[in-house]
Amino acid sequence: MRVALEKRNQRSHMMTFLVPVCSLIISLLLGAIVLRASGANPLKAYFAMLRGAFGSRTKFQYTIREAIPLLMCGLAVGIAFKLKFWNIGAEGQYVFGVIGITWVMQFWTWLPKGMMLPVALLMSLVFGAFWGGIPGVLKAQWKIDETLTTLMMNYIATGIAEYLYITRWKAPRGNMGTVDYPSYAWLPSFWGKIHYGVFFAIALVFILYFVMYKTRWGFELNMIGKNPRAAECQGVSIKKNIILAMLLSGAIAGLAGGIEAAAVTHSLTKGVDNGYGFTGIIIAWMGGLNPFGSILVSILMAALKTGSDALKIMKLPAAMGDVLQGLILLPLLAGSIFTDYKLLFIKKQVAVGEAKK
Amino acid sequence: MNIFDFITKLLAVTLAMGTSLTYATLGEVFTEKTGILNLGMEGVMLLGALTGFVTVYFTSSLALGLLVAMLCGAVLSFIHAFLCITMRANQVVSGLAITMFGSGLANYLGQRLGPASNNFNMAGMNLPTKFNDIAIPGLSKIPVFGALFDVSILTYFLYILLPLAWVFMYKTKFGLSVRAVGENPHTAAAMGIPVSLTRYVYTTIGGAFAGLGGACLSLAFTPSWNENMTGGKGWIVIALVIFSGWNPGKVVIGTLVFGGITSLQFSLQAAGLKMFIPSQFLSIAPYFITLIVLSAMTIINQSKKGSFASPAALGSSFAIDDK
Repeated sequence: MRVALEKRNQRSHMMTFLVPVCSLIISLLLGAIVLRASGANPLKAYFAMLRGAFGSRTKFQYTIREAIPLLMCGLAVGIAFKLKFWNIGAEGQYVFGVIGITWVMQFWTWLPKGMMLPVALLMSLVFGAFWGGIPGVLKAQWKIDETLTTLMMNYIATGIAEYLYITRWKAPRGNMGTVDYPSYAWLPSFWGKIHYGVFFAIALVFILYFVMYKTRWGFELNMIGKNPRAAECQGVSIKKNIILAMLLSGAIAGLAGGIEAAAVTHSLTKGVDNGYGFTGIIIAWMGGLNPFGSILVSILMAALKTGSDALKIMKLPAAMGDVLQGLILLPLLAGSIFTDYKLLFIKKQVAVGEAKK
Repeated sequence: MNIFDFITKLLAVTLAMGTSLTYATLGEVFTEKTGILNLGMEGVMLLGALTGFVTVYFTSSLALGLLVAMLCGAVLSFIHAFLCITMRANQVVSGLAITMFGSGLANYLGQRLGPASNNFNMAGMNLPTKFNDIAIPGLSKIPVFGALFDVSILTYFLYILLPLAWVFMYKTKFGLSVRAVGENPHTAAAMGIPVSLTRYVYTTIGGAFAGLGGACLSLAFTPSWNENMTGGKGWIVIALVIFSGWNPGKVVIGTLVFGGITSLQFSLQAAGLKMFIPSQFLSIAPYFITLIVLSAMTIINQSKKGSFASPAALGSSFAIDDK
C-alpha cells in the first residue's frame, strides 16, 4: 500500500476547523512530555493553568484584558500575511505606538481635556503606521527582505523607547519610566479589569472582515497573496498595495500599543516590549488569517499567559506558557497539509497493461 | 591607552564574537543553498547556548557540552525540515515557530534545571570550566595581528573549517548536488539526486552548526547563561547569509564586520563615550547598521544579478508530482 497526496480543488472547510483543534490537543500532549521530563505532574500543572486563567471573576477579567492587545496585534499581522508580506515587526510598531501616545500625553497638555485621549490614540496609530510603513516602502520600492527589516526595526524601536524612558522622558522620581498620563485621559474600565479597548478590538474585527471579504481592495490583497503575477496582469498595483497594507498593519499594531498604554500601563516604561507582536503571529496564523478566528485564538493565547503565572505556585517556571505557545504552531503547520491536500491510500500499483487483461 | 593595544583588543573581541556568528552563518548558508530557509536560527542558537551550558555545568566536559548543543540544534532543525519538506508547510512561519518554541524551551529549562539553592535557576551560575584562549608562542606576539593567534580552540578550528567548507561547496560532487537542489530541484531530481533527503541532511547539519554557534556564546564568549542571551544574533545570521551572497568563502567577511561593530560598541561604552552618545543608541547600532547594509546590499545586488543571487528555489516546497 502506498500513501499519496492529491491537491484539493478547494480548501477543506472541515479541516480548517479540525486542524487547529487537533493541534491544540497535540501541543498540550507534547507540553505534558516537557513537563513530565522536567519532573512535574502535567495534569496538575494544566489544571493550575486553567484555574489561573479562568478560575475566578478577576482572573477571567485579567485574561480578557490580556487578549485585547493580542487580538489587535494578530489582526495587524494578519493583514500583512494576507499578501504574503511577513511582518514580524508588530512588536516594534506596537512599541512605537506607545511612544506616540506618550508624547501626546506628556507634552500636548494644552489640549482640551476631552480631546486628549482621542488625539493621543490617533497619534499612537500614526506612529505605528510610520514604523510599519518604512519596511513596506523598502519592500515595495527595492524588494528588501521584509522579515529582516521588520525584525531589526523591533530592536531599534525598543532601543529608542528605552532611551526615552531612561533619560529624556524619565519621571523626576524613580530611575526609569515616564510620569503617568493625566488620569482624565485614561481609557476607563467598565467591568472590573476589562476596559473599553475591548470594543475597539471587536469593532476592528468586523471592519477588517468586511474590508477583507467584501471590498474590492480586500479582493486585491487576496489575489496578490495567492498569485502575484495574475494580480499584476489584472492591473493590480503590488507596490501600492504592499505599502497600504503595511501602513494599515502598523497602524493597528500602534493602536494596540496606544490602547494598552492608555488603559493599563498609563506610562512608557520597562516591559513595553512584552511580546504581544510575536504572539500576534501565532494568533493570525492559527486563526486562519480570518479576523473572527483570531478572537478565539487570542483568548487562548492570553489564557496561556495569565495561566502560566499560576505555575509559579507549583515552583514551575512561567516560561512554560512560551513553550506551549511555540508548541502550538508546530502541529498546526504540520496539519496545514490536510487542508490543501487529500490523503489517498493506494492499495496496490496495477500496471496499465495488466489491468486490461 | 596605546592605539595598537586598542585595536588588538578590539580584534580579539571581534574574533570571539565572530566565531559564534560564523558557525551559525555557515550552517544557514548550507541550509539555504538547498532551498530551505530556516528562520529558526534564533531559537536554535539559544537552545544550543542553554544545553551546552547545562551539560558543562553538570559534567565539566566541554566536548560533551558542544556535542549536546549540536545535537539539540540538529533535532530542532530536523523538526523544521520535517514541517517544510514532508508536510510542505510555509517555511517562513515554520521558522518563526521554531524560534518561538526553541527560545521558550531554552528559557523554561534555564529556569528549571538550575540548583535548588538558586531557585532552580541556571542564570547567574558559574561554569566549572570554559574555553580559554590559547596563545601560540611567537605568533601571538605580532603587533595587532597577534590577536589572531590568541583565541579559543573554537576559533582555531574555524581557520580550517572555512576553507574546507568553500572547497566542499564548489569543488566536490556533494557541493554540486547541494547547489543543484537549491537552484532547480526538478532538474536535480531528474539527474537522480534525492532532493528531499539532501534538504533534510543539510537543514539538520545547519541546525547542528547553529547549536554550536550558540554554545560558543555560553561557553566561550560570555561564559554564562542569561535568558534570551542570543539577543537577536540568530536573526543577524540570516542577514549575514545575504551579505555573504550564499558563499561559504565570504561568510567570514560579514561576521567579522558585524562582530567588529558589536565589539566597537562595547569598547566605546567602556571608554565613556556615552557622555556624548546615549548607551541605548550604541546598543541599537548593530541592528541599525544591519538594516542599512542589508538595504544597500539588496539594491546593489539587483543592479548586478548573478554571482550574488539567492538560490532560485529558496523558500519553495518541492514535490515530484507537482509542477
